[in-house]
Amino acid sequence: MVMSTASMRAEAGDVVLELRGVSKSFGPVQALRDGELVLRAGSIHALMGENGAGKSTIVKIIAGLYQRDSGEFVLGGETVHFRSTADSKQSGIAVIYQEPTLFPDLSVTENIFMGRHLLKSFGRIDRAAMRGHVRRLFQRLGVDIDPDRPAEGLSIADQQIIEIAKAISLEARILIMDEPTAALSEVEASRLFAVARSLRDEGRAILFISHRFDEVYDLCDTITVMRDGAYISTDRIEATTVAGIVRKMVGRDVDSLYPKQTVPIGDVVLKVEKLTSTGQFHDISFEVRAGEIVGLAGLVGAGRSEVARAIFGIDSYESGTVTLEGRVVPRLNTVAAMQLGIALVPEDRRQQGIVLPFGLARNSTLAIKSSLARFGFITNRSENRSAADWLARLSVKANALDTSTATLSGGNQQKVVLAKWLATNPTLLIVDEPTRGIDVGTKADVHALLSKLAGEGLAIIMISSELPEVLGMADRILVMREGHMTADIPRSEATAETVMFSATHERRSAV
Amino acid sequence: MTETDTLVAPVTRESRKYAAYGSPLWQRVLLTREFAVIIAVIIVAIVACSSIPKFATPLTLSYLLLDLTPVLLIALPMTLILISGEIDLSVASTVGISNVVLGFLYAGGVPIELAMVICLAVGLFVGALNGFLVTVVGLPSLAVTIGTLALFRGIAVGILGTTSITTFPAFYKSLANANFPRTGIPLVMVLVAALVIVFALLLHFTPFGRGIFATGRAREVARFSGVRVKRTKFILFLLSGLLASLAGIYYTFRYGSSRGDNAVGLELTVIAAVLLGGVSIFGGRGALHGVIAGVVLIGLLQSALRFSNVTSDVINIVTGALLMASVVAPTVFAWLKSRLFSRFFPSPHATRKVRLQ
Repeated sequence: MVMSTASMRAEAGDVVLELRGVSKSFGPVQALRDGELVLRAGSIHALMGENGAGKSTIVKIIAGLYQRDSGEFVLGGETVHFRSTADSKQSGIAVIYQEPTLFPDLSVTENIFMGRHLLKSFGRIDRAAMRGHVRRLFQRLGVDIDPDRPAEGLSIADQQIIEIAKAISLEARILIMDEPTAALSEVEASRLFAVARSLRDEGRAILFISHRFDEVYDLCDTITVMRDGAYISTDRIEATTVAGIVRKMVGRDVDSLYPKQTVPIGDVVLKVEKLTSTGQFHDISFEVRAGEIVGLAGLVGAGRSEVARAIFGIDSYESGTVTLEGRVVPRLNTVAAMQLGIALVPEDRRQQGIVLPFGLARNSTLAIKSSLARFGFITNRSENRSAADWLARLSVKANALDTSTATLSGGNQQKVVLAKWLATNPTLLIVDEPTRGIDVGTKADVHALLSKLAGEGLAIIMISSELPEVLGMADRILVMREGHMTADIPRSEATAETVMFSATHERRSAV
Repeated sequence: MTETDTLVAPVTRESRKYAAYGSPLWQRVLLTREFAVIIAVIIVAIVACSSIPKFATPLTLSYLLLDLTPVLLIALPMTLILISGEIDLSVASTVGISNVVLGFLYAGGVPIELAMVICLAVGLFVGALNGFLVTVVGLPSLAVTIGTLALFRGIAVGILGTTSITTFPAFYKSLANANFPRTGIPLVMVLVAALVIVFALLLHFTPFGRGIFATGRAREVARFSGVRVKRTKFILFLLSGLLASLAGIYYTFRYGSSRGDNAVGLELTVIAAVLLGGVSIFGGRGALHGVIAGVVLIGLLQSALRFSNVTSDVINIVTGALLMASVVAPTVFAWLKSRLFSRFFPSPHATRKVRLQ
């Protein structure tokens, strides 16, 4: 393989990228102070920290999105000043984001060669050569994607693979993966890890950002921890323990990530019977009782979120009934579902959960705006009073109630969404991926809150792609596979094996 | 860091306090786009009054307000529609239809009051047609209302042909043109003020208004939060049709004329004024006081330039340039900021030769 720049040729173990004392402020807010990071060739380096710890700032400085205020950024032995992402790319750095941005209507091949098509004579595009190149790339990565299919409809996992293939074809020597597994199922994640390992063995340096300890310990050899915008430590992974890392990240001990209390289970709150929507889910029946946390497990795309959306009235369904405390929940009527006492914390908080530029108060009262109104009129004062109450109960970190939610960390944004829905005083709370992409401290907060709410008699459906979360929090686990309900496993019998078996196999005849 | 300090359930932690606002009142009021437009109105008014002879009279004010009334009436629902992320280009044609129907019915012997009610009903109907095509059929409002712009104008011209009707009851004509005694303030301002208050309350102080903002900024979030997005938009198009037909009735009495080509191009003046007043063309942002300032600013400028014997094409150029500037200004400021910034951090390829070791 030909390397783009001679300076980037590195032996395994050589330092390829070094940040020393890098700082970055936005107005009065210091997002990063004295950041340190050393990446070596042939190494997978984990970067961990709570949200707001400065991880994203470091990534954006490396990617050329932000310019550092001070400090050294040394790449292949030379100090660099990136002015744009193009500069960073040219220097052999590729960033794989959580949600890749491919051109949906173009083919996989065209996406990989975007902006640098291979040409034949007279400037004609050499499709055959490009296709062959992509085939060889995919073979090397051990993936099976048709180079001619359009990017639209590819799973997030496949889209990430394509971003990685693009990075490799660009001769990237440094790959930064910013929470790549947040939206992946475990099977997809393990395929991604296989690719990452083979890239490491080729001598590339990989920076891996994740909130999941099992992944970090499985994949990485070095770990850097950050907290509150500052560098804390860098260690060989063998020299660390999960508890030790958590302590460094949070600045104190975390009791338990899954503080599930046993609470008395009450009457049936939600009853779903034979719910069917062609192509989405088929013949789904289950019950949820007061005080119960029902986990809904399965691979991404198994139809879990679709069932939740149908119950809440966002999407329609062909047949079946939903009843809440004996009353029928009408089809495709979100307002009626809310009035009956259903709340849905959606999976995509930035697209479905909060109106990003709006302030905290506006966001957290959006779902209760009608009941806040007096004589039909609503004022900032009434919104603020209601919002402050709920935001404080969830200890959302912010100064003012008109602070834009766009400036909050992911964990705090998620708390705003939770506050918004808890304010509706629901009897059934559906949480879809409640802790996706949020830090360990906030995660423990959210889990403790869910457990406490269940103790107060709330019925909870928790959709999660993280097995430990479902196993740790749910009283009962429903498993879906390709639109069918394949298992109903009580807490006492639930293990990673039983859940994964049902998520990947058809329903056994006797359940 | 203390080892005994543990992370406990959030609800039992000491409760946080939040300030209601992140910045002091004067900043929230003065450092806004809306206030900048209000300042511009004041500056233009002072300059015009002091430099143009005979400008500062009650008569000028009267004509200014009379001319602005149809624009202001249509700008009210247009503000809400733009904030909800849609647009209605058919308003001037609705004014035209209302104007023609009023003249046609009155000339045909229908009592004027009944004719006015029928005009308002026609306005509601055309609004409902737009709303149906946008919310139920699901077409983009830009395409729908370009279509109905041509359709309604065609109907208006078709009803009267090339003739025009110029006889209307003197009572209504004088009502539309009269001022409060000894002032330059037209009587019709009472109606305008009442409607401004209604729309300001609707947009800024009702759950419905909160839904409009959420819909324009993040449609999906609004849908997930129980905002009836389609119903909201349908109501806004109804209001737009209703206010446009009201503006058409006023237009008829103000100028005493009913013609197929009346008020052609008025939609562009309205949209220009609304955007100038700080409403985002992308939806989700805007305030009614800014819009009113925007309408007054455009009217004042046009009136001042006309007083200075500037020709109408120059007036159009000035209005257009102002609109472009107001739309482009935020982007230009952001660009300038980044240019200045990168000066201190040149491209890596320029600094590559500087070796550390």
